[in-house]
Amino acid sequence: MIKFIFKAILRDKNRSVLPVTVVAIGVFLTIALTGYLSGMLGDMIDQTARFQTGHVKVMSRAYAENVDQMPNDLALMGNSELHKELNSDFPNYTWVNRINFGGIIDAPDKNEQSKGQGAAMGMAVELFSETSGEKERLNLKNSLVEGGLPQKSGEVLIGYEFAEKLGAKVGDELTFMGSTMYGSMAFSSFEISGTVRFGVMAMDKGTVIIDFSDAQQILNMEDAVGEILGFRMDEVFIQDEVIEMRENFNAKYANDPDEFAPTMKTLGEQNSMGTYLDLVDSVSAMFVIVFVLVMSIVLWNTGLIGGLRRYQEFGIRLALGEEKGHIYRTMIFEAVIIGIIGSVIGTALGIVVTLLMQKYGIDISGMMKDATMMMPSTLRSKFSPQLLYIGFIPGLFAMVIGNMLSGIGIYKRETASLFKELEV
Amino acid sequence: MKYLITILFAIFFATQLSAQDATEILNKVDDNMNSETSITKSDMIIYGRRNNRTVTSLGYAQGNNQSFSEYLAPAREKGTKMLKLEDNLWIYSPSTDRTIQLSGHMLKQSLMGSDLSYEDMMENRKLTEMYDSEVVGEETIDGRNTWVLQLTAKVDDASYESRKIWVDTERYVPLREELFAKSGQLLKKTELKEVKKIDGRWYPTKMNYKDMLKDGKGTDFVVIEIEFDAEIPEYIFSKAALKK
Repeated sequence: MIKFIFKAILRDKNRSVLPVTVVAIGVFLTIALTGYLSGMLGDMIDQTARFQTGHVKVMSRAYAENVDQMPNDLALMGNSELHKELNSDFPNYTWVNRINFGGIIDAPDKNEQSKGQGAAMGMAVELFSETSGEKERLNLKNSLVEGGLPQKSGEVLIGYEFAEKLGAKVGDELTFMGSTMYGSMAFSSFEISGTVRFGVMAMDKGTVIIDFSDAQQILNMEDAVGEILGFRMDEVFIQDEVIEMRENFNAKYANDPDEFAPTMKTLGEQNSMGTYLDLVDSVSAMFVIVFVLVMSIVLWNTGLIGGLRRYQEFGIRLALGEEKGHIYRTMIFEAVIIGIIGSVIGTALGIVVTLLMQKYGIDISGMMKDATMMMPSTLRSKFSPQLLYIGFIPGLFAMVIGNMLSGIGIYKRETASLFKELEV
Repeated sequence: MKYLITILFAIFFATQLSAQDATEILNKVDDNMNSETSITKSDMIIYGRRNNRTVTSLGYAQGNNQSFSEYLAPAREKGTKMLKLEDNLWIYSPSTDRTIQLSGHMLKQSLMGSDLSYEDMMENRKLTEMYDSEVVGEETIDGRNTWVLQLTAKVDDASYESRKIWVDTERYVPLREELFAKSGQLLKKTELKEVKKIDGRWYPTKMNYKDMLKDGKGTDFVVIEIEFDAEIPEYIFSKAALKK
């Protein structure tokens, strides 16, 4: 029977073209938009985790209260002991040191006069460590515009736009002026090893990256650290796992009244990321529900139109003695086949567009000239295996439900009045 | 009608008198607080949540727009020098042997983690040059009678749009000061204490500056020694003096 229905669909274009097109468009839109939204939100979460929050972050309680101000005077002391504790308690995580600091960067000319100056957002990461994975995590090698990564103490990476603003290039000297952990003036000279493009406007315009040990020395932070970031070894964020970690870790210090005692925060508890995580979780479900509802209505309507168009055909079939249930079942089979064809076409198109968007993305840097928010300047979609079925199943169901609803009319027809209806 | 004219005249003259009084008070305050030149040795005590620090410096000032400071202690700050000429500030760091010029919004940054900004430290213009004043009340601070003066900026480059100062009615020295932004937000509060007579003028030798946007006890500025109208060699106010 499938062969028979398939032939009918192919031969009677009026029966198949409109429903297949509607299903294909609906499935395509669901997949493309879900992929795009997941990509955009996922990018922001991933980027924030890598640069700012980690999957979990350990800070002093006082630091955590004012984390936006980069208060290194409230930094954690006894860093090495704390690392031992974290490595033994949570061996599935990599623990890395970070210091965020602010200050002024000054670029001198040949006569030692300032040729450029700007407020810097400093980031100290474990660049020289082979085990920290920070160079890969921050994608530094691929972000290089010119030069290379710092190889020795006293070298600095700088945002390419910041370098342009300062009129500095690779190999030039820069002077940093800021405050030590104890509030004293901190001065230090650096050589630019490379310029980087993070794709985040706020960072490209004002970030400098130095090695963690350099920052400890300049900011007088011996065995101290601003933030310890924890990343799952496979770099996959698992919300339930980090919540449990946070509870276990903080419980150990619950009775310690010291405001400088360590405290752990999850990604969801920082930078308003909790809302984002909830949003990402609900966005796919929201799309599928809306899609099934809208498409069911549209396809019901399409089915009704088809039903009306085929009113005469069903009448003849009934008059020839075909059972109502058989007609209804063939119609549903037809809907299944049309739904599958439409969903396959829509899924294929959606996946192709998602993959293209994942590779090339949409460059929105032009719209973000003055942005200070941590947001990627290229919006990309994200392909995930769920996209293979997220549109397919509702596409099929919507078609079938639409036809089931419109086909009910078959049962309402009276055989006795058929000849009159058919004007025979 | 006669009464009305009399009342209007009385109000007009009272307002004029108040403005005149306020300017006169402010002139006397400027006479006490400003001098042609001064050499000051001071301690700046910065109260932090974790520790307190004392920074000792020797400052030279000439006129309204020239000053030079050399930091003497602690060891990490020793040898750091600052020169202010007009609206520019140069900072010399012995550790890098570099001089950095600061200007514009950079001057609003905190000086050595204190509640004072570079701009606050640089400001030595007379109040009468920068503000219009008005007496808005009288209050008592630590047993001293004070006039409360409301100051409104009359120049564009004043660091604070308005100020409220409490001036000792006998010694013409401010005992309290509140500094406001254009929006009306209170930015800083200063308490001036231990007023002493030095070289024939009253001068507060202990001041507490409190940045209202920060937590903590603020920053104390204690005058150890001060000499008014002292002779200062001209080279002190040159960039060459920074590296000496």
